[in-house]
Amino acid sequence: MASQFGIGQPVRRSEDKRFLTGRGTYVDDINLPRQTHAVVVYSPHAHADIKSIDTSAAKSAPGVLLVLTGEDAQADGLGGYGQALMPEDVGGPPGFRTTRPVLATGRVRHVGERVALVIAETEEQARDAAELIEIDYAPLPATVLAEDAVKDGAPLVWDGAENNLCFPLMMGDADATEKAIASAHYVAKVHIYNNRLTTNPMEMRGTIGDYNRAMDEYTLYTSTQNPHGVRAEVAGHILHMHETKLRVIARDVGGGFGLKGGVFPEDALVVWAAGKLERPVKWVPSRSEAMILDDDGRDQTLDAEMAVDKDGKILAMRWIALNNLGAYVVGPGAVVPMFALGMSQGVYKIPTMLVATKAVFTNTPPTTPYRGAGRPEATYTIERLMDAAARGIGMDPAEIRKRNFIQPSEFPFETHTHQIYDSGDYATALDKCLELSDYKNFAKRRAESEKAGKKRGLGLSYYIDNTGIFNDRMELRFDPSGSLTIVAGTFSHGQGHETTYKQIASDLLGVPFEDIKLVQGDTAAVSFGRGTYASRSAHVGGSALKAAAEAVIESGKKFAGMMLEAGESDLEFVDGLYKVTGTDKAIPMTEVAKFAYIPAGPPSELGTGLEGVGNFATTMSSFPNGAHVCEVEIDPDTGKVVIDRFFAVDDMGNIINPLLVAGQIHGGIVQGVGQALLEDMVYDRESGQLLSGSFLDYAMPRADDVPSFQIGMSEVPSPSNPLGVKGAGEGGTVGATPTVINAIVDALESAGVTNMELPATPERVWRALSKAA
Amino acid sequence: MPQIRMTVNGKEVSGEVEGRTLLVQFLRDHLGLTGTHVGCDTTQCGACTVHVNGRAMKSCTLLAAHADGADVTTIEGLADGDTLHPMQEAFREHHALQCGFCTPGMVMSAIGLVKDNPKMSEKDVRHGLEGNICRCTGYHNIVEAILDAQTKMGA
Repeated sequence: MASQFGIGQPVRRSEDKRFLTGRGTYVDDINLPRQTHAVVVYSPHAHADIKSIDTSAAKSAPGVLLVLTGEDAQADGLGGYGQALMPEDVGGPPGFRTTRPVLATGRVRHVGERVALVIAETEEQARDAAELIEIDYAPLPATVLAEDAVKDGAPLVWDGAENNLCFPLMMGDADATEKAIASAHYVAKVHIYNNRLTTNPMEMRGTIGDYNRAMDEYTLYTSTQNPHGVRAEVAGHILHMHETKLRVIARDVGGGFGLKGGVFPEDALVVWAAGKLERPVKWVPSRSEAMILDDDGRDQTLDAEMAVDKDGKILAMRWIALNNLGAYVVGPGAVVPMFALGMSQGVYKIPTMLVATKAVFTNTPPTTPYRGAGRPEATYTIERLMDAAARGIGMDPAEIRKRNFIQPSEFPFETHTHQIYDSGDYATALDKCLELSDYKNFAKRRAESEKAGKKRGLGLSYYIDNTGIFNDRMELRFDPSGSLTIVAGTFSHGQGHETTYKQIASDLLGVPFEDIKLVQGDTAAVSFGRGTYASRSAHVGGSALKAAAEAVIESGKKFAGMMLEAGESDLEFVDGLYKVTGTDKAIPMTEVAKFAYIPAGPPSELGTGLEGVGNFATTMSSFPNGAHVCEVEIDPDTGKVVIDRFFAVDDMGNIINPLLVAGQIHGGIVQGVGQALLEDMVYDRESGQLLSGSFLDYAMPRADDVPSFQIGMSEVPSPSNPLGVKGAGEGGTVGATPTVINAIVDALESAGVTNMELPATPERVWRALSKAA
Repeated sequence: MPQIRMTVNGKEVSGEVEGRTLLVQFLRDHLGLTGTHVGCDTTQCGACTVHVNGRAMKSCTLLAAHADGADVTTIEGLADGDTLHPMQEAFREHHALQCGFCTPGMVMSAIGLVKDNPKMSEKDVRHGLEGNICRCTGYHNIVEAILDAQTKMGA
């Protein structure tokens, strides 16, 4: 039903009022009666044997209630964290599997590995006592960079993982690719280090565990993207108990970006400790602790080549990579290199290609999905290559892309890496973006910049994302007053699902927007769900919601038939009304819902009340895609890069709420810009010490680092799901990084610079200019 | 332990605090005003911004004792019943928030910026927001909201 609150409308978010008035509920805002406070003691060494741990002084410090170490965890039989998915599980080569303990015993393998937990009446007492724990470490040589880890004689992170290899991955045809490259007109080459990043959601991960002995029930409040996933890990794999004994509650979550799709030692530690103390145990890290204790993202090194003919047609592509997994392959960590290879073909027809990586262990924290998770690495590589190839043969960068695009008539299109792209019209989106950005007048703007002593460059890229993973379920429940509750298996942590799902339900059922409520994030209220990550919620959750609405309409028909004294086959549901076909007899859904709750009358088979369950299992991903154009201006005296203009035209399929989709694109772009210009998680190459462990050292993008954006849409509905949507959460990030770097290389090309490492800090740009001069 | 008194959102409050207690801890832990957030430990993120005697300040970098006798406004004290402050309303209208964690500090800083300079350009706004980090929105809609609120607050 077309209304101002329906699908496609820029509805203002109903969740905003609580955030704008300070009434949100993040983990640190929750305080339970008799609550205690936990502090994590972690390894200061990247690699060391633990000789001894003396907790006696800490245990007798003021206010201290409990001190736990890895030996206690072993004595209690606690399990550890394994892998959500390995290549082997989907027909790939076997890998070396690790188990991440909640507290280390014997050996620590990265700075930040948890060693002890101190619980006291106050946080200050716990912190003071943590200082009193004496741990005797015997440091071991560490390996930090992936390129060092694979060298002969490198320190081994794991006995048994030779050359620190976790798993190799390879797709494509090595011989055909070699042959095509050897005889090509031109071969573009780039060396790339996809810098290590940390997520830094503004709300740090915090957890509160609680235990009720009388009920024998545990409760965990945590800042997660996936409450049922946390329950499965903590209850199932760590504490070895039935999942229903643990209730996981996530209220408002202050950003996740993939990080909080994982489950961390602290989630289990506070539950375990709460069981021992029979008191709530709260852990909230400082930002500095969070930066050490969180998993990181990206960290892929690669050499890539693309062969083209004189007309700019791609003949072959090859890249050989190393993925730094850190000390543990944990949760969805292996998914990142798998996604990077899977999406490596980009939006182009490539006759033959080979992509390969070795995922290796190092003495650094684990790397896990961070916004994009492999898709940024894939798009970054091919879009850098496209520009390098265009430059090499003297062709316009837009033109070379158009000559190689997969055409709209070619979908579904299967890549060499076994992805089946659903739909798209890449040339149209690119043309729109070129138009929007006034591409044709770039030379004039460059001349203006030159007059001012600045170097202006234009970068463009065409990204492709892959969204809609797994299956999920949604429930719709009317209450006796005729208002509607959506019970979601997904979990909104900033995306605005409360608003978008209500739009869908209102549109399909004709229930007023303001009479709909969203329930999510509580395993006692949501029977099952997989949470929100990998931009899956509109595609999977939205489609399941549509199925639930259809189930409600079907169930409601029986009640409507009684009310209208008509047979079910004579009823139709239009614009929120059940109508007797061919008559003016009609009744709204909300009245039918109220009727469904009358205490006597309807026979048993109609049920008590009106509700519906909807499921959706993805059989085909959706592939959001789009064009980015940006212009940078560089001061050659300082190396400072200013992004002057930025444009994006996206195909995110049908749009549920354009205001919210634009917000996702803006935010995504800035995270991509952060990787391009600012952010760098640096560990000392020898010692493995974190060198960028605060907001003073790790450069988060700020308002004056970016311009305002102009964005446009070029929707091609996806055939992969009944709403025709494509996930909007990550495309901005996937596209922005290569766009910015392509612009910088374009600006510096005339000065002889041909490559730019990530991030392009002023120092790096200045040095590149000085070296080239 | 020092005894402190101040006015918070128009109400007289008092409490006994440790010397090291920060204003943000006093607001959150003693008064239960959890709308003021802590997003870092280096005075960088601005999530804790409140108004002290009418000026926007980071409450993580003030001792509670320093605010003894002050007039403090937090995000909870901005709206008049159901009527949002024009800055809150502009944030809602322009979709200038996503996860909401930085939002209270962002709104309090933004009001401070408009007070200091009611005729800001986009560049002024971006420069003024240097002390507030948002990870979700990319700042685009925040900047739009502040420019819009500036007009409405001046009207």
